[in-house]
Amino acid sequence: MNKEKTNLPSSDSYANVYSFVDRHIGPSRSDIVDMLKYLDCDNLDELILSTVPNQILLDVPLKIDAPLNEQEALAYLKERMEENKIFKSYIGMGYHDTITPTVILRNILENPGWYTAYTPYQPEVSQGRLEMLINYQQMIMDLTGLEVANASLLDEGTAAVEAMLLAFRYSKDSRNVFLVSDGCHPQTVSLLTARAKPLGIEIKIGNLTNLIEDSSTPFFGFIAQYPDTIGNIKDYEFLIKKGKSRQSISILACDLLALSILKSPGEMSADIAIGSSQRFGVPMGFGGPHAAFISCKEEYKRLLPGRIIGRSVDKNNNLAYRMALQTREQHIRREKATSNICTAQSLLAITAAAYAIYHGPRGIKGIADTVHQLTRILSKGFSLLGFETLNKVYFDTVAVKSPKNRLSAIKSRALKNKLNFRFYSADIITISLDETTKISDLNNILKCFSSSSDIDLLEVEDSLLSDFDAIPNNLKRTKDFLTHPVFNSYISETDFLRYIKRLEDKDIALNKSMIPLGSCTMKLNATTEMIPISWSKINSIHPFAPKSQTKGYRFLINKLETVLCDIAGFDKVSLQPNAGAQGELAGLMTIRAFQEVTNEQKRDICLIPSSAHGTNPASAILAGFKVEIVKCDDKGNVDTKDLAYKIQQYTDRISTFMITYPSTHGVFEENIGKICRMIHDAGGQVYMDGANLNAIVGISKPGHFGPDVCHINLHKTFSIPHGGGGPGVGPIAVKEHLSAFLPNHSVVKNAGPESSFGPISSAPWGSASILAISLMYIMMMGPGGIKKATQVAILNANYVAKKLRPYFPILYTGRNERVAHECIIDLRDIRKHHGITEEDIAKRLIDYGFHAPTMSFPVPGTLMIEPTESESRKEIDRFCDALVSIHNEILTYSNIQEPKSSPLKNAPHTFFDVMNKNFNYPLNIAFPMQNDDATAIRYISPVARVNNAYGDKNFACSCLPVDQYKTG
Amino acid sequence: MSEVKEELRYTEEHEWTNNQNDIVTIGITDHAQESLGEIVFIELPDVGTTLDRSSTFGVIESTKSVSDLYSPIAGEVVEVNGSVENEPDIINKNPYDEGWIIKIKAKRIEDLDSLLTAEQYKKLIDE
Repeated sequence: MNKEKTNLPSSDSYANVYSFVDRHIGPSRSDIVDMLKYLDCDNLDELILSTVPNQILLDVPLKIDAPLNEQEALAYLKERMEENKIFKSYIGMGYHDTITPTVILRNILENPGWYTAYTPYQPEVSQGRLEMLINYQQMIMDLTGLEVANASLLDEGTAAVEAMLLAFRYSKDSRNVFLVSDGCHPQTVSLLTARAKPLGIEIKIGNLTNLIEDSSTPFFGFIAQYPDTIGNIKDYEFLIKKGKSRQSISILACDLLALSILKSPGEMSADIAIGSSQRFGVPMGFGGPHAAFISCKEEYKRLLPGRIIGRSVDKNNNLAYRMALQTREQHIRREKATSNICTAQSLLAITAAAYAIYHGPRGIKGIADTVHQLTRILSKGFSLLGFETLNKVYFDTVAVKSPKNRLSAIKSRALKNKLNFRFYSADIITISLDETTKISDLNNILKCFSSSSDIDLLEVEDSLLSDFDAIPNNLKRTKDFLTHPVFNSYISETDFLRYIKRLEDKDIALNKSMIPLGSCTMKLNATTEMIPISWSKINSIHPFAPKSQTKGYRFLINKLETVLCDIAGFDKVSLQPNAGAQGELAGLMTIRAFQEVTNEQKRDICLIPSSAHGTNPASAILAGFKVEIVKCDDKGNVDTKDLAYKIQQYTDRISTFMITYPSTHGVFEENIGKICRMIHDAGGQVYMDGANLNAIVGISKPGHFGPDVCHINLHKTFSIPHGGGGPGVGPIAVKEHLSAFLPNHSVVKNAGPESSFGPISSAPWGSASILAISLMYIMMMGPGGIKKATQVAILNANYVAKKLRPYFPILYTGRNERVAHECIIDLRDIRKHHGITEEDIAKRLIDYGFHAPTMSFPVPGTLMIEPTESESRKEIDRFCDALVSIHNEILTYSNIQEPKSSPLKNAPHTFFDVMNKNFNYPLNIAFPMQNDDATAIRYISPVARVNNAYGDKNFACSCLPVDQYKTG
Repeated sequence: MSEVKEELRYTEEHEWTNNQNDIVTIGITDHAQESLGEIVFIELPDVGTTLDRSSTFGVIESTKSVSDLYSPIAGEVVEVNGSVENEPDIINKNPYDEGWIIKIKAKRIEDLDSLLTAEQYKKLIDE
């Protein structure tokens, strides 16, 4: 092990007495000394030596560069990003330029009150973002005309896959053919193809009418793009009915803005609608993150993937929101879950909903009308220039036919004028307009096609008034949308700002207090790391922009791939997976592709320990594996005897073993090297779930102790904020032998190897814009800082464990009774003897101003606490004091089940509770810390304990019906 | 302490069976409903479905857990309890009577002989 370096300021500036590492790490240097003493350690190295199996410890430091200070890092990245060139993008294909209203940019996207929150598992402290997400669902339901929507999916292509899988599950018979219209975006088609293969689904691509009418083979569903990829709009109602008569499920991939003036999928009797809400105020960001949507008819709701926010009531029968129908999800249903995807794109869904609230229905329709009118003018302009346009019914896209010999001239003129068109085929160019397009832009476009284009477009516009309408009446929207008060109340910025603030204040995010969620790693998301994502050179770039315009991005991507390889000890990284679970799936599909080439297709078993996160088995199923569970021993480690037995039982059928390290139990398993060898000896591959990578970066390299693939959650280990439930980023790192099978992309050819299994995301580098956050983190931490962050994460967790042990048993420990970066407190005896549940304790913590730890994962009846390195000793002490105080309350209120008499059963308390005349105990018992600790966070839950069962029995995922709104 | 009825036979999956003239009524035990918590959803088979022994015939869900329902005997579903479909918490309130789930016309009534007696089941849940 290398000696720990002191992190001196990296600049000679007087201002920098403290380095960024000191800003990132919570405990001060002297606190660290005291905390080590408390744990009977002399220094951090000694703590690590006594905690982590020594054979996996690093003997060489990381090769990454010495740290830059905050200003240096910003200047460095800015300079490199200046090499990106911003051209006007008319490429379309599901990505459009848009205007993020500044009030949304500053108060949501750039506001830690929104971006540092976690997935709303604890509904009482999440009412603000839950309300925004239900606004989002309402917006999607309105625009698509369907009955149920979820709170977003990862991207449009993934949403198409999820819709296909829903249809596949619903069909319940032997049909395995899925029809894909050749009018779908190419990235969606290739994603559907790649994901269908391991599940034995046969994809047929072609003219949808022919496919449906000619098909003698039974099919379970089909998908069409509306408007299609070159801008044509068709009425699919007839085909949908035709498909329905053959018990087939219809899916329409839609443009959300177009739906504000087009007949909705619901009005065409479509079963499912999917698409992207990117153009509702979310920058293109070279591919993401954006929120994709999915909505469906009521009858499919239990098969719908992802998070659904539902209305329920709290204990006092007041309206309260929560995540509904969670039994569909992997943490409960595991390999039978409706999807492997755990995270959503909450922050971006919230942004899109805010955009709809900001503009209101009239504003949205106004934008759509303007875009459409400009497109009509452009189309007419092309006709006047003598060009043939291929689409007669369209919304925002013109497909122009051009003689082949003029193509290169058009191309070079476009580049010269900094315009990006889509060169669809050898003689077709498409041009998609958006809300940023002005009439002067149309002249610039037309000039690229004809040097003598002196058309007076204003005259053209006048002539259009009497012209043929590009959207016939049967395709026009007739149904109102966004009719709920929330979409019609906030035109004034003052009111809008206060609405956003009111919601923000309802939630606990990291800017309020510690969020000790085990397995979630709620570390600091530093402001300096976040600054770059607002730069136009980062967010104004289309994912399919030519290579010559994205030099800055290529640098960012290369650099991040290189440092992640070094940090994790692997040979090659793919940044494409845009969530942890997609990393898992991409890793497993990479292994499958490799085993196909080595003629080992018969290897169809994926071994997974019983302690694994639910996404593991769910991902394995979607990669086409059969899942076999390996037992854990009573210390929470993989039972190597059972593993040996399973290996013997399945001999040459074992493809992959998935293991989380350190384990989901928060322990460094001593046997990790042995386990990896056992799998390799059996001819299998080891997949390491990197959910807990933050406990080993800088002190060990997983690539060195056995795993062949590892996913890395940039949103945990490398500081990308959780956004209230997404975005996440889950790159995978692999050993050399697997590198030829990593994800690629059908549109951007150099984004991955040709021998790949295909893509895993819509965009070539997934959520590219937020990669900058992780790179900033790594650049400012440097090798010493990254290591120290890990050491202090382990220090903080062991400090918590030792402080709490006299009151609550610590369920699992490793060598020397140490835990890794988190610890599980066992509450099952308390429940047995005192009748107080883990839920009571979790909710009671809210009264002390804290978000609860992770509840009942990975073991029912427990709480898992992860303080991370970013929490100071003072905050950790405050949290531990709260739990100790709750322990006293448990003894005081032992076995009192009546909420009126027990603050534990009554938690969390609200203003209304304590103002009630019949309230049973003094205020300082309801809100205990707030009277005696002047620095305590003033947080009071906006709702009382939420009734989960009510919400599932009376399922409703929409805003409160208009007639039930109270005024004022 | 959960109630176990003497006259019924039980499965290790916490279901009870009650045989009357080869028509076997099946439900979940008091212990099962207690561990599940408030039941919010139940999926039942169609009348007329034939079931093998140990095949799944439905799903029962609380807000935080989901369990498959297994048929302890082979046979044909002759009746399902529609009222628990609409109001699943009947099972919480009354798992042995109003909360019954399905009735099966048994193919081989001897299948029941291998099920647990009340005493054996009590032992199982005490462990």
